[in-house]
Amino acid sequence: MKDLCLAIVLAPLVGAIAAGLFGRALGRSGAHWITILSVGFSFAGSCLVFRDIVFSGVEPLNVVVYTWLVSGGVPFQIGFLIDQLTITMMTVVTFVSWMVHIYTIGYMHDDPGYQRFFSYISLFTFSMLMLVMANNFVQLFFGWEAVGVVSYLLIGFWFKRDSAIYANLKAFLVNRVGDFGFLLGIAAVLTYFGTLDYAQVFAKAPSLASTEITLWAGHDWSLLSVICLCLFVGAMGKSAQVPLHVWLPDSMEGPTPISALIHAATMVTAGIFMVARMSPLFELSTTALSVVLVIGSITTFFMGLLGLVQHDIKRVIAYSTLSQLGYMTVALGASAYAAAIFHLFTHAFFKALLFLAAGSVIIGMHHEQDMRKMGGLRRYMPITWITSVIGTLALTGFPGTAGFFSKDAIIEAVKLSHTPGAALGYWACLIGVFITSLYSFRLLFLVFHGRERMDHHTQEHLHESPAVVWIPLVALAIPSIVAGLIAAGPMLFDGYFGGSIVVHAEHNVLEHLGKHFHGAWAFVGHGFTQAPFWLAFAGAASAWFLYLHRPELPARIAGAFKPIHRILENKYGFDAFNDWFFAGGARGTGGVLWRWGDAGVIDGFLINGSAKMVAWCADAARQIQSGYLYHYAFAMILGLLALLGIFVHGVFA
Amino acid sequence: MHSDLPLLSLCIWLPILGGLWVIFAGSRVLDRAVKQDALILALATLALSLLLYRDFNAASATMQFAERYTWIDAFKIYYHIGIDGIALPLVLLTTFTTVIVVIAGWEVIEDRVNQYMGAFLILEGLMVGVFSALDSILFYVFWEAMLIPMFLIIGIWGGPRRVYATIKFFLYTFLGSVFMLVALLYLHAQAGSFALQDMQDVVLTLSEQKWIFIAFLLAFAVKVPMWPVHTWLPDAHVEAPTGGSVVLAAIMLKMGGYGFLRFSLPITPDAAAAFDWLMILLSLIAVVYIGFVALVQQDMKKLIAYSSISHMGFVTLGLFMMFDIHANTGNFQDAAMGVEGAMVQMISHGFISGAMFLCVGVLYDRMHSRMINDYGGVVNVMPRFAAFMMLFAMANAGLPATSGFVGEFLVIVSSFKANFWYAFLAATTLILGAAYTLWMYKRVVFGEIRNSHVAELTDITGRETLVLASLAVAVLALGIWPAPLLDVMHVSVEHLLEQVAQSKTSIAAYE
Repeated sequence: MKDLCLAIVLAPLVGAIAAGLFGRALGRSGAHWITILSVGFSFAGSCLVFRDIVFSGVEPLNVVVYTWLVSGGVPFQIGFLIDQLTITMMTVVTFVSWMVHIYTIGYMHDDPGYQRFFSYISLFTFSMLMLVMANNFVQLFFGWEAVGVVSYLLIGFWFKRDSAIYANLKAFLVNRVGDFGFLLGIAAVLTYFGTLDYAQVFAKAPSLASTEITLWAGHDWSLLSVICLCLFVGAMGKSAQVPLHVWLPDSMEGPTPISALIHAATMVTAGIFMVARMSPLFELSTTALSVVLVIGSITTFFMGLLGLVQHDIKRVIAYSTLSQLGYMTVALGASAYAAAIFHLFTHAFFKALLFLAAGSVIIGMHHEQDMRKMGGLRRYMPITWITSVIGTLALTGFPGTAGFFSKDAIIEAVKLSHTPGAALGYWACLIGVFITSLYSFRLLFLVFHGRERMDHHTQEHLHESPAVVWIPLVALAIPSIVAGLIAAGPMLFDGYFGGSIVVHAEHNVLEHLGKHFHGAWAFVGHGFTQAPFWLAFAGAASAWFLYLHRPELPARIAGAFKPIHRILENKYGFDAFNDWFFAGGARGTGGVLWRWGDAGVIDGFLINGSAKMVAWCADAARQIQSGYLYHYAFAMILGLLALLGIFVHGVFA
Repeated sequence: MHSDLPLLSLCIWLPILGGLWVIFAGSRVLDRAVKQDALILALATLALSLLLYRDFNAASATMQFAERYTWIDAFKIYYHIGIDGIALPLVLLTTFTTVIVVIAGWEVIEDRVNQYMGAFLILEGLMVGVFSALDSILFYVFWEAMLIPMFLIIGIWGGPRRVYATIKFFLYTFLGSVFMLVALLYLHAQAGSFALQDMQDVVLTLSEQKWIFIAFLLAFAVKVPMWPVHTWLPDAHVEAPTGGSVVLAAIMLKMGGYGFLRFSLPITPDAAAAFDWLMILLSLIAVVYIGFVALVQQDMKKLIAYSSISHMGFVTLGLFMMFDIHANTGNFQDAAMGVEGAMVQMISHGFISGAMFLCVGVLYDRMHSRMINDYGGVVNVMPRFAAFMMLFAMANAGLPATSGFVGEFLVIVSSFKANFWYAFLAATTLILGAAYTLWMYKRVVFGEIRNSHVAELTDITGRETLVLASLAVAVLALGIWPAPLLDVMHVSVEHLLEQVAQSKTSIAAYE
């Protein structure tokens, strides 16, 4: 199995190198064939491993591929840990990536950077696989940063656009802030555990549960809280949790397939995956879990609200992604790791679907993304419309769809949780259902229903996208419906994850919940009677009322609540603050240090100052050596008199 | 299998004598022949140094390939050379970089080609001499002699303010070195010998050590350079020709770090322990303060120069936090990771800063400007160049799988053992390093073509591709599999830590 895993990882890398370095020789079709085949191979391989691990009950694989380096007696290795959690991620990543590869043939059809694009997305697939398959923190960090770089390259794919190259730099730097915390967490692990190998760290963690460290005098911190909080800062960066969420909406500057693959389905879920992977550590720190819960709640609620005021179709979905990542984070905080991963799993399908459908709309609209200029598209793009409806129902949690199972599980789990902040999480998630439904149906109605608001020229050319575009939509729509029905029972309640996720008995809300679970269909039936369903229904009805029935109302409401509307339009001021305080502050600090510190004090005063001092002394000394004999004679007389004076003074005193 | 040739001496004298020959014989032949000869000499030296690597016994901490002849009998000064696992990587870096520099200067230098090539070859031999000298006077001679070719390289082939820069460079470094000479003479009086080994063994009181440490510090801190004696570097880099910048950044800065490893730590361990707070403070200032300063630079070369200072902060941090780690864990060997991180950082910085300066050189050769604002949208006309520069920029920002990550990672994770706040401040480089490097990249490379000069740029030639590709391979290889580099130095680093662990004052008290 080790060789197969190696092949799964390396195939996309080979594809990426081939398409990237030899793109011109391969040509367009050569580049897309080689990358699609290699990622397809990875998906097929992942399915085989999935069968072995999940169905055949093969023991999880934990192997070293090679030793990266040894220092101070500690080996740092590259290796694989393939267990239930990993293989789930691998399958999702390779599947969505494969669909996106195929879709890209259509979406990027006319782009001059065609081969480069395929190279990047294959490289991304490689990086993401390295991240999820790691059996140690170093490789995790490798993958972590590598996906960040590919994301940077892809957001800035259209490098002539100022907005794109601003967004990619912003994304990279904000992610680096997260990585800063992440690296400190890794350093702490290495310092106190003496190893970075998952298995060894997890085995040793309980014995360090009560260790305390002193960060500043008089304040002792629980070691595991410090570690988990540092690691979570990393997760906040990658998984875009408040306040490190600011990069994700701007990342929509990248081509749409990327928004689907990287900024919705896979990379942004890396933080969620990482926390779930680290469950043996997080379980030992209630403080950390509580912080995770609160941050997740804030993200869920406040980012969802922003989705209501966006006009760019992709940005609405981006804020929706932020809000859904918040749900996953809440689940992590409530120790319902399985629910978080399950939501990650279903979300990957329906959110990729929504993005790709949005991409299909954007192709149809000749790269117009403003929803105010759309409307009535269902008549022209029936497949895109149907698949979007499916995606929307899954996102809003209509009973029976994939999203219903995962979201309800989270809401129920957090309701049962006793971790501090759980009540906040519960209400955020519950109200979040209404908000989700409102912005999702708003999008659906504004784009596909109502009257056509686009210009005449665009309207004439409207038609369904080609098969390479809509086939992936259909392929993603299927799991968006059925994934929950099939997987909810096993993944949430039947010990699907085995030993890959550790939950302490007193935190185990899912087990508690499982006692009331009597099969997926019963759960669906139960769902119709619960608050989330009615909240979602209310959201959809409000959207219908506001955007189809009385479309003049939203503007009036916005006018009536002007201050609130302005806060939402300014995205709570995060961007303005960051630009002013961090970007401006850093440039200001640099300027001051350079002009005053380096040029002023060090060079001006110390260096050139001492040079001037030497010159001044020399100058003074030169004045004395005038060359006139009478000057010298006068000096000699003065000296003689002085000496005489001292002598006389000495004798008579 | 040891070969019988005096390999190390060959690595020193082949380029020096070859360089002299190129200068004197080269004035009468075509420039092309001169360049070919220089390239052959540089490649031959590289090949010889690879033999050193092949025959090196990584399991031994003793000085290998040692040669010892009497030089000045009256003062017991010997021509004594040899290398251990700390010097070997630096020697290899020197011979590799010289080949790069010779090729990089191929079409760019049109004026006094023979002298240019000769100067770099002589410089190469002298630098290898510094890394292999085991007699302190021999070391001092190589150390000072090295300034001369560099002084000439900047002074003759440099930019418009080259005179100011060369004098600043010379005075700064020379002033520091004079104090080192005084310290060496004092040590000679105590140890009765100029041999490095004897100086490391001699017993010294704490106050003696402190004076010697400070004298060494003045010499080495200028070379590293450490804040606040760093201001010569941006000026020297800006005025130096591309090749000069590459050698300066890639190798000459490493002299300072090497000096700390070879002199300060083993000769004055107790003083180093007493002053470690100062060294760490200056290192962290370098990382953070200089990181901010780099952010606001308008001149690409200055920006990279400041980034060098910031990255060298990791070297001094990695070296001098060993005392704090010892205080926390009770074992000096726990500091090995920091020291090795510092070593890797030196090698890696050699590749990356060299590559960055070459990238700026490529642009400068075409547009004769180093100002960021004169560029914009270079990727549209130079896609291959943009790809290489992207790689090096990412390496400069410490991206995993490039060499830039390895050293920073090892130093940051092991600094946590010393003090959480060291790690905290050092890790800010993740943000600052990415900010100044990628912001520059964005303004220079991305965007629409900014002006007609940029529109006329042509992509890199085959020769430039060869140079950048060799460095790219080095950066990636070291990032993906750094184990071979670290395996060479383990035993020597352990030996160094044993030496540092042995307090000299306690022996003094005992005797």
